[in-house]
Amino acid sequence: MSRTEIRITGFGGQGVVLSGYIIGRACAIQAGKHATMIQSFGPEARGSACSTMLAVSDTEVLYPYIGRPDVFVAMSTEGYDKYADELKDDGTLIYEQNLVHPTLKEGQPSFGVPSTRLAEQLGRAIVQNIVMLGFVAAVTKMVTHAEMRGAVEASVPPGTEALNLAAFDAGWDYYEQEYGDKKGEAAAAASSGA
Amino acid sequence: MKADPAGVLTGAHYLDGDFACGEGAMAAGCRFTAGYPITPSTEVVERISRRFPMMGGTFVQMEDELASMAAVVGASWTGTKSFTVTSGPGFSLMMENIGLAVMMETPCVVVNVQRGGPSTGLPTMTGQADMMQARWGSHGDYELIAMSPQSPQEAFDLTIDAFNLAELYRVPVLFMMDECVGHMTEKVVIPPADEIEIVPRKLTKSKPGDFEPYRANGQMVPEFARAGDGYRFHTTGLTHDERGYPEMSAECQDKLVRRLMDKINGNADKIVRFEEEDTDGADVVVLSYGITARVAREGIDLAREKGVKVGVIRLIVVWPFPEKRIRELAGTVKAIVVPEINYGQMVLEVERCAAGRCASVCVPHGGGGVHDPSDICDAIMGAVK
Amino acid sequence: MSEVIERAEALAEEHPVAPYLRMDRIPHIWCPTCGIGTVVKCFVTALEESKVDLDKTSIVSGIGCTGRVAGYMNLDAFHSTHGRAIPFATGLKLGRPELFVTVFSGDGDLSGIGGNHFIHAARRNMDILVVLVNNFIYGMTGGQNAPTTPLGAKSSTMPFGNFERPFNLPHLAATCGAVYVARWTSLHIRRLTKSFKEAIGRKGFRFIEVIAPCSTLYARLNKLGTGFNLMQFYHDSTEIRHGADTRDVGIDYQDEIICGKFVDEQRPTFLDMMHDQYRRTLGDKYVPMPQEGGHIHE
Ligand code: SF4
Repeated sequence: MSRTEIRITGFGGQGVVLSGYIIGRACAIQAGKHATMIQSFGPEARGSACSTMLAVSDTEVLYPYIGRPDVFVAMSTEGYDKYADELKDDGTLIYEQNLVHPTLKEGQPSFGVPSTRLAEQLGRAIVQNIVMLGFVAAVTKMVTHAEMRGAVEASVPPGTEALNLAAFDAGWDYYEQEYGDKKGEAAAAASSGA
Repeated sequence: MKADPAGVLTGAHYLDGDFACGEGAMAAGCRFTAGYPITPSTEVVERISRRFPMMGGTFVQMEDELASMAAVVGASWTGTKSFTVTSGPGFSLMMENIGLAVMMETPCVVVNVQRGGPSTGLPTMTGQADMMQARWGSHGDYELIAMSPQSPQEAFDLTIDAFNLAELYRVPVLFMMDECVGHMTEKVVIPPADEIEIVPRKLTKSKPGDFEPYRANGQMVPEFARAGDGYRFHTTGLTHDERGYPEMSAECQDKLVRRLMDKINGNADKIVRFEEEDTDGADVVVLSYGITARVAREGIDLAREKGVKVGVIRLIVVWPFPEKRIRELAGTVKAIVVPEINYGQMVLEVERCAAGRCASVCVPHGGGGVHDPSDICDAIMGAVK
Repeated sequence: MSEVIERAEALAEEHPVAPYLRMDRIPHIWCPTCGIGTVVKCFVTALEESKVDLDKTSIVSGIGCTGRVAGYMNLDAFHSTHGRAIPFATGLKLGRPELFVTVFSGDGDLSGIGGNHFIHAARRNMDILVVLVNNFIYGMTGGQNAPTTPLGAKSSTMPFGNFERPFNLPHLAATCGAVYVARWTSLHIRRLTKSFKEAIGRKGFRFIEVIAPCSTLYARLNKLGTGFNLMQFYHDSTEIRHGADTRDVGIDYQDEIICGKFVDEQRPTFLDMMHDQYRRTLGDKYVPMPQEGGHIHE
């Protein structure tokens, strides 16, 4: 019955919905779980706090919306401000560290990544969301590296696979370097920085 | 017959309800779509317009929903399976030519991705408040078929069924999604074309001289001739005789409208479709449809934990309504609890069928979201007190 | 009544247009000296002389006196809803592209309630022939004001004279993109027939306006005499001006009516444009709908 709720937010054009779509697809198709994604629509979807939510479960997802997410991914300040309070007290915060300056809470695992800079290093800032996705995949390990990578490959526009996979790897590797061996310590350090 | 592989995107996909519905239409053999953009339904035609050119289909974006529906009825008379897609405000405009489709006995499918109303209401947020409009929205007496999917997978599967029913009964089938299902992305498995059963447009074998477009021949559904095959038939929205000629008389009206209603009512046992679970010995039955049927199951679980025996009816075909079964159940349970995203529409049907033999409990939600499962649990608990 | 039927049967045998009409529906509902029947006769003659494949010809009407035309034609005939003949015809044409589709309806139906569809079908250059019989009034419902009622003319809802500016329909059609635009009166039998033939031979959105007497309502409400008097008026007051600037062909009350062919050009139709675009962008992947339609056979 384990159910994981995820909220991803950012500004319009950052690829928020695609990130959610890839995670959902990796869970539902590659990993054979149940994953329901709902994206925000209308003016909200175009503004600076665009958002998408996912409910992932081993059993059928009945209630499609999320209440208090277990994982919150923030790629813009406005999105962070709008949704930060929903995050479960022990939920995981993941953020673009050059764009979002979170107020870290005691006991809350949090992980920052300079995804925009990493994307720029690959030559295309537009793949920032995929760098972030690689990082999120590494932090949460909700599906395997291969499953999430497979979903990226299947979801991005044809011809852009190599770039996007490189972006995914950059995000994943960043996690391994910065937090990999000493995950607990890093999170604790991040929390105590609050 | 089996589906034309050209329209079938076999495989496991991660799709929202709107896209899945579009895929269902193409798999069902739909090759003409006329539409007008309206949130939250537009993704269906966006999907169609991207894929149609590769399978011999034509999409046209019309000037409004009046035109879209008229074009769909016109196209269907060529034998080309046709559908349109809309939401509340557009559904209101389509009512005119949905009536024409009923009167001319034109197979077609109309998808309504329901949002909050009345009027412009909540364009991007969910509702289920057009259920009675689906039944009664066009003027005059008539019967048609309406369905409601609870997931993107069903948006695919049931869209095919909707097209098949439209062909079998020569009637518009209204596909009553809700925004929540329409904009919800989940796994959708599309089977190979040779595993999808579709009902093709059956053309009359009569010779042109012998053919009368509305001669039912003891069947309830007359045979069909398409435009351009030399039958030179006449069809009209006026009350008409078997030749399709206008006849302004109470007798002709009675004969025609009675048959239009009987072809659905008389086949209701074949058309009605619902899921039933644990109703034997239940204290309360929860009846719901669409997204609410999923949310209700969480509320039902909560009530079961408190020891209440709760049965479930989930409507798949909403119109015609499963009158017979609801009448039976009304004699065995204390209450039928009906959560829906409106202030009480299908509950009126439950109340009518229950006829006072059990309580009918409305669990309303005004739209813009789905029920809190605990509200549904509370209603169940209240009903067994 | 039986006398009428006998007459109809006799007509069926001898009248040259009989094969094109549903003689079992004659007598028709139109008033004596109404102009609609004449327009139908001209259209039928044009069909015959153009040798079109009648099995592949569909006719669509809306609602109103002219809206009954489809009902009398021995073709695949659709008596649709008020104002929606053009979008209905659009569906027929796109559902089976080989069909020749004509819309036959009145001024109230096509330019009032159906005005939006009219301008958009012209804009798209939808490949249909639109015949609009303009009698300046709503006939079937009893003589109410129409979008074509001339300034000052009386109608049952403008009993003191119309004060709304009417449409100049040829100009409307031309500016929206119609490739063939002509206007005649029901007096111009030969010219109208020729115009029908010409339009049948063209492709795209073709528009022919035919001014015709509504003897029962328009003539009576305006004390213009009978249908015969109106024909007399057409005789005296029409001017044929082919190629006239459509801005100049508006109709004032009991004033000169400019007739003729105003527009005759060739432009790709909706379907031509669609095929070109898809072929250009999709190449071999593009699969157009077969000419005989998207009907999936068993
Ligand atoms: S009312 Fe006028 S337009 Fe109608 S049939 Fe009579 S004369 Fe013709």
